[in-house]
Amino acid sequence: MTDLSKLHDAILNGDAKTAVAVTKEALDAGANPMDLVTQYMIPAMDEVGRRFECEEYFVPELLLAARAMKGSLELIRPLLAESGAEPVGRVVIGTVKGDLHDIGKNLVASMLEGAGFEVIDLGADVPPEKFVTAAKEKKADIIALSALLTVTMPMMKNTIAEVERAGMRDSIKIIVGGAPVTEQYAREIGADGYSDNASGAVQLARSLVTKKAA
Amino acid sequence: MALHPTLARLLTRRVVITDGAWGTQLQARGLSGGECPDAWNLSRPADVESVARAYVDAGSHVILTNTFRSNRLALAGYELANRVRELNVAGAQISLHATGAKALVFASMGPSGKMLMMGETTEEELKAAFEEQAEALAEAGVHGLVVETMSDLAEAMIAVRAAKSTGLPVVASMVFDSGKNKDRTMMGQTVEQCAVALADAGADVVGANCGRGIAGYLALCQRLAQAAALPVWIKPNAGLPEFVDGKLIYQTTPDEFAGFAPALMDAGARFIGGCCGSTPEFIRALAAKVPA
Repeated sequence: MTDLSKLHDAILNGDAKTAVAVTKEALDAGANPMDLVTQYMIPAMDEVGRRFECEEYFVPELLLAARAMKGSLELIRPLLAESGAEPVGRVVIGTVKGDLHDIGKNLVASMLEGAGFEVIDLGADVPPEKFVTAAKEKKADIIALSALLTVTMPMMKNTIAEVERAGMRDSIKIIVGGAPVTEQYAREIGADGYSDNASGAVQLARSLVTKKAA
Repeated sequence: MALHPTLARLLTRRVVITDGAWGTQLQARGLSGGECPDAWNLSRPADVESVARAYVDAGSHVILTNTFRSNRLALAGYELANRVRELNVAGAQISLHATGAKALVFASMGPSGKMLMMGETTEEELKAAFEEQAEALAEAGVHGLVVETMSDLAEAMIAVRAAKSTGLPVVASMVFDSGKNKDRTMMGQTVEQCAVALADAGADVVGANCGRGIAGYLALCQRLAQAAALPVWIKPNAGLPEFVDGKLIYQTTPDEFAGFAPALMDAGARFIGGCCGSTPEFIRALAAKVPA
């Protein structure tokens, strides 16, 4: 029997090699893929988030943990799809048009994947229409917008307007982040939520999909 | 270690005034969101020079250059990776022309935008990219190099070593915007870790820029000065932008900003300027506050 606490610890320690090896071993031995995710992997990512909040972990540790999680999920996801299991939620994410910065966006995307979301990453310099099209196609629950430049921040507002024009505003949540973005700005442009860090973005996304389901 | 002669001459002043933001000034002249600001060194040199001149006229002792993104890796995002040399030489010449003999030019070298620890780039690639940029700037005749807005100490150290290989004085300035007290880099490094490592890598001046408003810089200055025993360079933001009547406004006024200067000098700052949201008015206000 595979010692699954090793999977938890490998993700917590950002050890992708071990995480993948233990996952493979467990799946070969007949472990339930969903249990691996909910009982070991997501709790590990929650602990990563907690350590980030209390400054034991910083961005490098988040990135490594997210990469380990992603490695395991690549093995598990096809099995989950076969069994018809749904992800926690679907998020279309991208850096807004005119802005090429993607470090923060990539980090949030990795952490969301780590938390069990299906993430559709549109990259950087994404025009408003592309967010709308992708969200429609993928039946996304959330659109996540990133901007690092004060000049490109207004593009967040334009993107929200485009979602409204498409008649989708009531059926989708929009969250925003990036260095110059503030809570106040998020409210001004009518976003549903804001976080100043990747770990907080995961909690935000979770609370939004829970509210939606309720 | 003896101060580089260029710095020794500058630092006969109690405090050296540097410049403010360039990006917002270029936007005021028509730069759009998706454009590479550095590309204007070739396409709109007169506009770039007018920004440089505005800072010299406002009282800057040192101005920077419009070359923040002009390393091969960052330029690749704009499909300009093959113009590294031209963009840097033009950027240096524009600032040198604008200053005449009135101020010195310290050329700006910003981050690559790639994450070393995630394997998006390598140490060798970063070294080559920063050396290429530093050499072009040095050949064009700038008086110093500023490695700035760095979030990763490892990348900053590579850039500092590349800059040092030119023989010019080198300023190394990090962004401290993470952690509860906003006193760590994005990668989690402390002020002290950065100051010590950058000094080891050969930086002549250590500093902090961007990230946060000016009030938080008092503690940063003290800690940098204590940890590295080198002159300290700071360029705070004019606060975080707020949304007022449909427009983004930086809430710190030039007078509020300049009001911090005496305390910052006491805390060890030897070079003071502004980052995002600051304008020539901020520099003018600073110049009025500090001993000539």
